[in-house]
Amino acid sequence: MKFPKSLILLLLFTLLIVSNSSFQSDELLVDDEEFGLEGGRSPDIDVTVSSPPVISLPHSPPQPTRKRSVDSESDSRVQFALEHAFEDSDEFSAAGTFTARLKTSAHGGQILTKLRFSRNDLTATEKEKFKQLLESDDFYRIRLPSNVLNPSGKEYVISSVKARCLPKGSLDEHIIIHMEGVNILAVNYGSLGGCQYPRQLSLPSKWSFNSHTVLKYSELAPRTPSFSEDIVGGVETGVGNEEGVKPLEERSFWAKYWMYLIPLGLVVMNAVTQAMNLPEEQAAGGGGGGGAPTPQAVGAAPRGQSAAVRRR
Amino acid sequence: MAMAIKLSLLLLVLSCSLIPTFSLFEDQVGFMDWHQRYIGKVKDAVFHTQKAGRKRVVVSTEENVIASLDLRRGEIFWRHVLGATDVIDKIDIALGKYVITLSSEGSILRAWNLPDGQMVWESFLSGSKSSKALLTIPANLKVDLDSPIFVYGGTCLYAISSIDGEILWKKDFINEGMDVHQLILSEGSNVIHAVGVSDSSEFNTYEIDVKNGGVLKHVRKPFPGGIYGDILSISSDKFVALDATRSTVLLISITDGQINLQQTHVSDLIHGVSLNPIILPSKLSGIFSLTTDTFIAFIKVTHEGKLNVMEKVDKTVVVSDALALSEGEQAFALVQHGDSKIHLSVRLVHDMSSNHLKETVKMDHERGFVHKIFINNYVRTDRSHGFRALIVMEDHSLLLLQQGEIVWSRDDGLASVIDVTTSELPLEKVGVSVAKVEDSLFEWLKGHMLKLKGTLMLATPDEIAIIQKIKLQSSEKSKMTRDHNGFRRLLIVLTKSRKLFALHSGDGHIVWSTLLQSLRQSTECPNPTALKLHPWQIPHHHALDKNPSVLVVGRCGLSLSSPSTLSIVDAYTGKEARNAGPGHSTVQVIPLPFSDSSEQQLHLLIDDGNRAHLYPRSREAVEIFQRESQNVYWYDVEAEVGILRGYGVKRRCDGDEYCFEARNLWSVVFPSESEKIISTVSRKGNEVVHTQAKVIAEEDVMYKYISKNILFVATVSPKASGPIGSATPDESLLVVHLVDTITGRILHRMSHLGSQGPVHAVLSENWVVYHYFNLRAHRYEMSVIEIYDQSRAENKDVLKLIVGKHNLTTPVSSYSRPEVSTKSQSYFFTHSVKAISVTSTAKGITSKHLLIGTIADQVLALDKRFVDPRRSLNPTQAEKEEGLLPLTDTLPIIPQSYVTHAFKVEGLRGIETIPAKLESTTLVFAYGVDLFFTRLAPSRTYDSLTEDFNYALLLLTIVALVVAIFVTWVLSERKDLQEKWR
Repeated sequence: MKFPKSLILLLLFTLLIVSNSSFQSDELLVDDEEFGLEGGRSPDIDVTVSSPPVISLPHSPPQPTRKRSVDSESDSRVQFALEHAFEDSDEFSAAGTFTARLKTSAHGGQILTKLRFSRNDLTATEKEKFKQLLESDDFYRIRLPSNVLNPSGKEYVISSVKARCLPKGSLDEHIIIHMEGVNILAVNYGSLGGCQYPRQLSLPSKWSFNSHTVLKYSELAPRTPSFSEDIVGGVETGVGNEEGVKPLEERSFWAKYWMYLIPLGLVVMNAVTQAMNLPEEQAAGGGGGGGAPTPQAVGAAPRGQSAAVRRR
Repeated sequence: MAMAIKLSLLLLVLSCSLIPTFSLFEDQVGFMDWHQRYIGKVKDAVFHTQKAGRKRVVVSTEENVIASLDLRRGEIFWRHVLGATDVIDKIDIALGKYVITLSSEGSILRAWNLPDGQMVWESFLSGSKSSKALLTIPANLKVDLDSPIFVYGGTCLYAISSIDGEILWKKDFINEGMDVHQLILSEGSNVIHAVGVSDSSEFNTYEIDVKNGGVLKHVRKPFPGGIYGDILSISSDKFVALDATRSTVLLISITDGQINLQQTHVSDLIHGVSLNPIILPSKLSGIFSLTTDTFIAFIKVTHEGKLNVMEKVDKTVVVSDALALSEGEQAFALVQHGDSKIHLSVRLVHDMSSNHLKETVKMDHERGFVHKIFINNYVRTDRSHGFRALIVMEDHSLLLLQQGEIVWSRDDGLASVIDVTTSELPLEKVGVSVAKVEDSLFEWLKGHMLKLKGTLMLATPDEIAIIQKIKLQSSEKSKMTRDHNGFRRLLIVLTKSRKLFALHSGDGHIVWSTLLQSLRQSTECPNPTALKLHPWQIPHHHALDKNPSVLVVGRCGLSLSSPSTLSIVDAYTGKEARNAGPGHSTVQVIPLPFSDSSEQQLHLLIDDGNRAHLYPRSREAVEIFQRESQNVYWYDVEAEVGILRGYGVKRRCDGDEYCFEARNLWSVVFPSESEKIISTVSRKGNEVVHTQAKVIAEEDVMYKYISKNILFVATVSPKASGPIGSATPDESLLVVHLVDTITGRILHRMSHLGSQGPVHAVLSENWVVYHYFNLRAHRYEMSVIEIYDQSRAENKDVLKLIVGKHNLTTPVSSYSRPEVSTKSQSYFFTHSVKAISVTSTAKGITSKHLLIGTIADQVLALDKRFVDPRRSLNPTQAEKEEGLLPLTDTLPIIPQSYVTHAFKVEGLRGIETIPAKLESTTLVFAYGVDLFFTRLAPSRTYDSLTEDFNYALLLLTIVALVVAIFVTWVLSERKDLQEKWR
């Protein structure tokens, strides 16, 4: 029986490719779960959290809690507290907690990803104090530890805003945290939108915070590529040539072995036509059976490629 | 094709003409610019008067200048400014033709040719550790046809050939642990004595062979306690020193290879209590001088080793070194300060009792006390000895006294300008006499006739010279009144000598100078330094009868917490109107944008305890301040710890109604392990911005983010904070930040990999340009960041603007979240930079030029359009029309755009720009050791005719045209008549 033999051969071949690509995509899926869109390498990370459902933490001095993540050794969880003050005195009290994942990059640098923020509810006395701030058009101040790994002792980054800028229905706050590694450089605190001057007194209808948090890292200074490329490499390398610079492993299966695949394909085709020629009746069925897997094989190769690229 | 070539040629010509250059013609030099050369406070002086020919004095100064001055007129023959770190230790003259300088703690020895100042040779002496620097040049010592120079520096003694600077031999004293205090070469012997003290308080003398540096003899003697200060040599075998407790004078004498120590109590010597005795380092043979808090005692050492007090003089007396006269006797000079006079007396060392010469010289009160004196002798016509004295005054000026008169004086305090401000001149008085007008009318006509001749090329060379002279000396320029264009100003400069000068911007002459009383040395204020200069009162609308005045802030002592002094000086007369003695400390001076009814500007002085003190101290000022205190913010930069802090006003201090406490509103903490602040720059307070909108290509509009409260902060990784080359590109990182100083918001943050400082930056309107070093490219770079406001970007619809649906008139609050976008670009720049500034004009309409102080001490004007971040490789047609230049990787340096043209502003430290009243023009004042002033028109003088515009020719042309009209009219009438008769 010649036909089943060739069919098995084809099946084996397609299986080889498919299994290869499916293995990679599996790993990619894990990747997606762990470092999703929020935790990617983009410099700005936007987290929007509505505060009310969060359970308020006890008002104890915040301790850094670092839990080892089960999945990956290089990740760990970091927690640091946002503190606020209503009066001029330097007495800050806990106002919320930031939770983030500490990610160690290949070069040994550490960055924070997947920042989450939970705001404590305002207590009755705090509400009263906030009302006083609104009436006297005074400052509402917040602070964060400058080093998230050991928040005690070191300096704090402070930010403040006129309290009247915040109320817009509920209390809208917008926190931008500028990071340098694991250090907080500065925190910019303010309302989400504008703050009209002169500031009008308006009490919020809802005494809860609507927080928006952005994590920012330094960006690289732009430089027109053609010139900078000239200096570094001494070779003119445009944008299009970037592909060529990549190491060989990055090429897809198809790109690597096309010279073997085409003869193999020809041999297979030849075998099929020969098989078709022998029994006249079986030819139509065999041709259909042999033709269908081939595009599948071709289609599988780019999928493998895309998986490889994404995995990187 | 031909069309295209033509078009491109046309474009080329157009683009060439679009870039305005300041190149001026040779005859325009000095027309609107002036340049003054200074040397700084003289440290040491060596006279060179033996030979016939030019008499000169070679001086070294505290600004690290070595200069040769004409002894007759005080002019500079030649001058060299050594680097800021290359401090000159000693100078002398060798072989009668070379000036030898020893600098950088005795590690660099240079020889300069005396007549023209060319460097002859230079030797680097690498010592093992830093020590004193000593230089001895024997007068007539010959070793193998060479005259060696002996230098001690870095614990090594060197003999150096004076012909080519080669090191003949070297003797290191590091193993002996000895610090050499004196090098003595006795006349006619081949032995040099090195006298010093070792670590274990042992007194050592080494006798060293001048031929090969071998030690011939070494004697030492321990003495307990050690010594205070230096050992002073009295003669070749006698030395004096003070012991560590400063209570005993040690006389050290060497006889037959033995050291004898003799101790005498200071109290026994000068009978009575004496505080803080010091042995003065003046070299008088057989005599030394001991100063205490109250007087100076001259003490003679006899051959038997006895100490005799010869005379006591007042503490304020200044003593010169001894000068060898021809008969082997020595003379020295004393200067005593009297009431607006100084008394100079010259005495002979062997005869102390009588004055050889006594002169009284009238001295300007504003020059202060005498600080230093150097004397020189000459032979008078009657063959007796005459003396001339070079004196250095408290205000750093240098004067030559001879025959009881000041021969010349130099105001070298101007070599150390700290701060600059300007003031308007008084208004012109109305009512000028008729005679003057007629006279000037005639002169005016004559001048214009000459000018006309000049323009028509009919003038003879003599007349051209006269034209030039008229141009240069035009009385208009140095008039003491306000002019219509605002070119004439008073430049008020505060110098390190604590003297305030007012210079006329027309020709740079000194209008007045004041030695500030509040900053004179006193028991209350032992170590005064001048800090800041601010305009205090600018009468514009109300108090027009008052003169403008300036505020000078000084500090008593070097630390930030030391008390500060204030004085208010009248800008027209230079009189100190008011001063406040040492009070609170001052860390920062903040001029507030408010003024009281007499137009005094409100100022906040922040002390080290973060309290704000309000000035002027009046009830009215407090009322104004309290009204606005909600909107007063300030910040401070703690560069050492890397923290920026912002403050607001909290409440009044207890007990002082002009004092306010601060509260910390924000802080930015740069992590010490990765970032170190190296430069902060803010916008100039008085800068005017004409428009917020910037029209770009395609008839689009961008809105500039204009805030007075932007701070540019540059940080580098700690490893890269050293000099260039101390860090590899991988470990150096330059991060620049734009911070809003009201809220502490970081508006923009950007890092340059592999780059490091020093960073020089300028912030103006909505852009910042900064200069740094790129380690990867091994070149200097300049980057620009422009910041645009996105919240107003919608205001483009004309209809909306007409209807009023726009947010252009709403007040801007810093507490609104700014929607900004930034654009930036980097360019290579060939030069390293000493200072960077930008032109400023009255209304801010004129395009801007960057003024770059280059390493060669020149000022280069660079069009801001070259550092536009929107430049692209292939600009579109619309962008070309807008004036956008095609992108290049390097900024061009056009030789014609050096505003200092042929001059150098040696030791350039700062460039100040002052807007003139004429919009197109800006005044530029560059200062360092030299001063340079000029007028710039970044977009050419589009709003005025040039000064040499020929009004007479214009008038003549008009008259000729009118005549021609009449003549042709008559002719045509006549022709008409003839036509009709035909």
